Amino acid sequence: MSRQSIRVWYLVHKWTSLVCTAFLLMLCVTGLPLIFHDEIDALTEDQSAMETAGPASSGEGPGLQPLDAMLGKALAARPGEVPVFMAFDNESPILTVTTAPRPDSPAADMTIQLFNRTTGAAVGQVRDEGVMHFILQLHTDMFLGLPGMLFLGAMGVLFLAAIVSGVVLYAPFMRKLPFGTLRVSRSRRLKWLDYHNLLGIVALAWMTVVGATGVINALATPIIQVWQMGELAEMTRAYAGREALPPSRYGSLDKAMAAARQAIPGNNPQFIAFPGGSFSSRHHYAVFFQGATPLTERALTPALIDAETGALTDVRPMPWYVLALTYSQPLHFGDYGGLPLKMLWAALTLFTIVVLGSGLYLWLGKRRSSLDARLREVESGGRLAPAE
Amino acid sequence: MKGKLPMMAIFAVPTALAALSLVGLVSALTGDGLRDAISWATLAMPLAAVFWAMRARRS
Repeated sequence: MSRQSIRVWYLVHKWTSLVCTAFLLMLCVTGLPLIFHDEIDALTEDQSAMETAGPASSGEGPGLQPLDAMLGKALAARPGEVPVFMAFDNESPILTVTTAPRPDSPAADMTIQLFNRTTGAAVGQVRDEGVMHFILQLHTDMFLGLPGMLFLGAMGVLFLAAIVSGVVLYAPFMRKLPFGTLRVSRSRRLKWLDYHNLLGIVALAWMTVVGATGVINALATPIIQVWQMGELAEMTRAYAGREALPPSRYGSLDKAMAAARQAIPGNNPQFIAFPGGSFSSRHHYAVFFQGATPLTERALTPALIDAETGALTDVRPMPWYVLALTYSQPLHFGDYGGLPLKMLWAALTLFTIVVLGSGLYLWLGKRRSSLDARLREVESGGRLAPAE
Repeated sequence: MKGKLPMMAIFAVPTALAALSLVGLVSALTGDGLRDAISWATLAMPLAAVFWAMRARRS
């Protein structure tokens, strides 16, 4: 590699890293507890409701109460509100009903009630508060809503550019060094330079995947909006231009669910989106079905049912860009392969923290030395350290 | 080391680690049991490489 191209890649690595490092350190520190979200919740919250035994609320058949009855109870507890979502469980008879003052109310105004579908009893509310919720919000948007999400997504793009440029610089640096070289006894700078390189290169694929899926997750809102304005609008073209269906004219949920099940046999519903919300049209119950295999259970297929008549309007699998978002979530949070995977996720997050911290240290240490001196350091594999 | 290492030698271990990591990241998504175990084994390799370097390549 020529001196000129090393210079360009060095400057790309330096500036992309410097701009995103502080935010990435925050994301790593808040991401660590989020990996163990389920375990921490189990310790701090009353889990008795979620551990209720019985037939899965996503199923059908004897022993499960009608959906209309469950919705009726939820609305009776929140007079004046409208339904937004009803979500099901594959392991317990618990289902959740989300209500809000309006179909398009912001998430903060929504109420999530839990019901046992075998007994019909209310078993509490989901409360979006507490320290884990605070950490998740900080991690997702820094309490700034969509602009915060998009900003952190942009920091993720810089992180990816820093990874690519870092890998390019790894080549000239390691030209005369065997893999894994750790010169810990010469100088503190050399020690951290070697750790920065080693930890960065061994965790390269993991950091790239977590970074890229983080960027995709940051785009969740626009991705769903594109689906709603594109595919969903196409699926419900016959309803374009109609007034929103008032909740008083919503028809039977059980009838709608039966029509949806007939359209997608053999799968279980994950949730129903009610008319007017961000996952449906203004006239439809959108019943989202999960695939039946471990790989496809995350890939959702919506069946759109006319909310007034209960007749099927259309069924179409989610497009690729929504699937990319769906599969980005587990790949970003690391919560899909049991506790050992979570612990590896945490260890690799710690590696990332060390790479970020050592990068900052290396920059601060020789900030005043010339660019040429720092390029010599890269080209010589750290043998020629930049002078003050 | 005397001469310069060829690009292949510089990136041999990093490429292998990256490939194993990607196998592990996808494996646990496709099922449970053995597929989870494969993801644990492959994603432990970056950690193993660092432990190895701290023992064998520390100077």
